[in-house]
Amino acid sequence: MSSVAEERSIRAPWALTAPALMLFVGVLLIPLAMTVMLSFHDWGQYKGIEPVFILKNWQEIATDPYYAEMFWRTFRIAILTTLLTALLGAPEAYILNRMSGRWKSFFLLVILGPLLISVVARTLGWALLFGGNNGLANKLLMSLGVIRSPIPFMFTETGMVVALAHVMMPFMVLSVWAALQRLDPQIENAAMSLGAGPVTIIRRIIMPQIMPGVLSGAIIVFSLSASAFATPAIIGGRRLKVAATLAYDEFLNTLNWPLGAAVATLLLAALVLIVVGSNAMIERRYAEVFR
Amino acid sequence: MAHLELDRVAKQFGAQTVVDDFSLAVGKGEFISFLGPSGCGKTTTLQMIAGFLDPTRGAIRLEGKDLTAIHPARRGLGIVFQSYALFPHMTAAENVAFGLEMRSVPRSERAERVRAALAMVGLAGYEQRHPRRMSGGQQQRVALARALVIKPSVLLLDEPLSNLDAKLREEMQIELRQIQRTIGTTTILVTHDQNEAMSLSDRIVVMSQGRIEQIGTPQDTYERPASAFVSQFLGKTNDFAATIDRTAMPARLVAGSWSAPAPAGLSGPVTVSIRPERIGFGDAGLGAKIVTRIFQGNHWLFQCASECGPAIVIRQNDGQAQPAEGEGVRLAWRAEDMSVRGGAAS
Amino acid sequence: MRRNGPLALVFHAVFVTVMVAPILVVCLVAFTPEGYLSLPTNGFSLRWFRTIANYPEFIHAFWISLGLGALSSFVALLFAVPAALAIARYRFRGRDALAALFLSPLMIPHVVLGIAFLRFFTSFGLGGSFAALIIAHVVIVFPFALRLTLAAAIGMDLSVEMAAVSLGAGGWTLFRRVTLPLILPGVISGWALAFIQSFDDLTMTVFLAAPGTETLPVRMFLYIQDNIDPLVTSVSACVIAITMTALILLDRFYGLDRVLAGKGDPGR
Ligand SMILES: Nc1ncnc2c1ncn2[C@@H]1O[C@H](COP(=O)(O)OP(=O)(O)OP(=O)(O)O)[C@@H](O)[C@H]1O
Ligand SMILES: [Mg+2]
Repeated sequence: MSSVAEERSIRAPWALTAPALMLFVGVLLIPLAMTVMLSFHDWGQYKGIEPVFILKNWQEIATDPYYAEMFWRTFRIAILTTLLTALLGAPEAYILNRMSGRWKSFFLLVILGPLLISVVARTLGWALLFGGNNGLANKLLMSLGVIRSPIPFMFTETGMVVALAHVMMPFMVLSVWAALQRLDPQIENAAMSLGAGPVTIIRRIIMPQIMPGVLSGAIIVFSLSASAFATPAIIGGRRLKVAATLAYDEFLNTLNWPLGAAVATLLLAALVLIVVGSNAMIERRYAEVFR
Repeated sequence: MAHLELDRVAKQFGAQTVVDDFSLAVGKGEFISFLGPSGCGKTTTLQMIAGFLDPTRGAIRLEGKDLTAIHPARRGLGIVFQSYALFPHMTAAENVAFGLEMRSVPRSERAERVRAALAMVGLAGYEQRHPRRMSGGQQQRVALARALVIKPSVLLLDEPLSNLDAKLREEMQIELRQIQRTIGTTTILVTHDQNEAMSLSDRIVVMSQGRIEQIGTPQDTYERPASAFVSQFLGKTNDFAATIDRTAMPARLVAGSWSAPAPAGLSGPVTVSIRPERIGFGDAGLGAKIVTRIFQGNHWLFQCASECGPAIVIRQNDGQAQPAEGEGVRLAWRAEDMSVRGGAAS
Repeated sequence: MRRNGPLALVFHAVFVTVMVAPILVVCLVAFTPEGYLSLPTNGFSLRWFRTIANYPEFIHAFWISLGLGALSSFVALLFAVPAALAIARYRFRGRDALAALFLSPLMIPHVVLGIAFLRFFTSFGLGGSFAALIIAHVVIVFPFALRLTLAAAIGMDLSVEMAAVSLGAGGWTLFRRVTLPLILPGVISGWALAFIQSFDDLTMTVFLAAPGTETLPVRMFLYIQDNIDPLVTSVSACVIAITMTALILLDRFYGLDRVLAGKGDPGR
């Protein structure tokens, strides 16, 4: 290889990526670092933000049970949402995969399309259906005599979980779907020819193979649910706060930025730990199914 | 009574008929190949026997019993898929054991049979490997062991060797043949490789566009092809347009300056089919000029321009001098080596 | 054999109904002739769509969203295309780390990004400005722009470029006449997906937007916080219609399954 070409191939990639790299360092890494620093600053109602290094905010989060409860609620909702999407999304992906060509792509579009539709619009739908006495589904069910009082949905954790599961469902279906695509199309026939019935095929052949897909879908859904803002804000309102809505309030209502930054930093750190940890675990556990 | 019998089986997908009027009787222990070009319905036929597809018409019987009424899981057939369809999350041993588990074979017997099956395909010591960590040939053997360990009444193989490289494929062909001979399982092999079909099977079913063209031993189908399709598909062949000259007494079969006594029962334009290795250079016969001469180690390949169009001649490399390019030659062959069909050569 | 049983089909029907119902309800209520939230049982009416005209803040927010989405996606591509070419073509030290960095906005919760950008831009006196919104959106849509461009660049037959070089093309001409046309479907799809992401983002933007630079999702969100009436359903219906149009274009150009395959990552 000529030295000119060699030199080019060392310099060229850096020259090409330099603008993007500078953008990311300048307006992503620096702001993130500033946020972490902010969480160590002091704040007072009248004095505003004081750029000193203290642990006040972190102490407050560690000692005040209000924060423990709020984080516990955040993760509880995220876990339940994840379970719900896995329990419903995985079978649906499997059913979808067995449909014939045209129906398959149609329903795939119907189920995955909402991924790109505004979360506000999607959550609004749930509020319209179950929003107290005026909720359309509530009204319908009451007039049919199925229920006597409106189903409690708004400002409840159940409501948040259902609406979040609806928002997150496409991620789970997509992830399981991708795992199903990697399956040998003859694998079910192979199992059947060896004498396996439908239940055995699903339990012994399909499930173990799509499990990595379910788990990686679960990680996505979990981390998105734990940091979700729009849905908890619309369904939970001011009464039922999660980490993201709390940070929002601290920033834009209370104006206690350092405390909000501490909440956000903690959320980010917890999520990174959970996501990286479980990714590593899955990869180790399913080494032979991957690759 | 035939072991496995297909009786006028047909399969339609919508309006498209993919397999039609397929009748075949397979004897116990026989090795049958389905041979035909891509898309001719080989897999479809095999899948109907396996039960993954239902025939539109016709019957499939095993030991005289109607197979179509039996769920594929209970047909007890062994199948090796083109992609092998091994269970990637199970080890080789677990893959092979699966069918036995489904049959509730006791654990100790199961272990012994798995070990024996893997040993038979030459994979002793590979029990704990996962399929992804095995080579194509090894995976293929696991698939074979998995199909054989359940002692199937019929073994169905869908292009099991097509994913292997040429050398490995040859080795596996020999091995497959040996295993089948030892255990004597009735076997149906789908392939589009004529050499594979020839070297493995007792009988070949040549298919084209969903129909059977010919059923016969490898030698039969090669030397006495029932149709132009078969002669073209099984190796190289020369088709010469010829005529029956009834004015001569006795009548003669004439192609250019070559002629021979006419076979009975034919008249008008006919086609003479002759394999390239059965043609010799002689003093009399079809006039031709050598266009190219290619040396291929153990034989020579000649492409000639003859009075009746292009011709191919193959001569053993026996050390004798061979005609050069551009040289005029006469092509001759024995009457029993050719086959004559009615109708003009296409 | 590989058919779904009746039980599976019932499950599927219920599943699809529940998935579609909330979106459908929003679109239906938008056509109500009544003054309150109700399904249009006696006739469809465009009344609430006309009402949008009386709320200039919604119209203004719409234009902000549109401009922001179009511009930030375009700017993101200016950075993403060279980066994608470098990552696709060269094996260099730090390549994997660089790719991970460029995709990292997918992993970071958007609340955190919103807070970080708010802190960053206010300390420069840019808080609430349109410029701040653009820069922030460029960062969050960058991974989407990069992904699809990268896929196109990796899929590109390098020998075509070599052929062009052998014919004497080089540098900018090579890029403009050969490389860019070949990766264009990926670039356009990257732009469209980036646009949708920007157009729909609420969580990050809600921290950055000030009166005057509120985007449509932010405006809608703030409106919903006060009261829910048919007006926000008609606005939502418009948003859904716009997204659907982009979606269909994307499907035609690139295949939606391929686009969405790149979405299976933590985002938002
Ligand atoms: N599920 C199906 N629906 C419609 N047509 C089908 C279906 N399966 C197969 N076909 C058609 O039936 C014909 C025969 O297919 P088949 O798979 O049996 O061919 P084959 O002989 O096995 O070919 P190959 O050597 O390529 O495997 C083909 O034309 C194929 O397009
Ligand atoms: Mg086939």
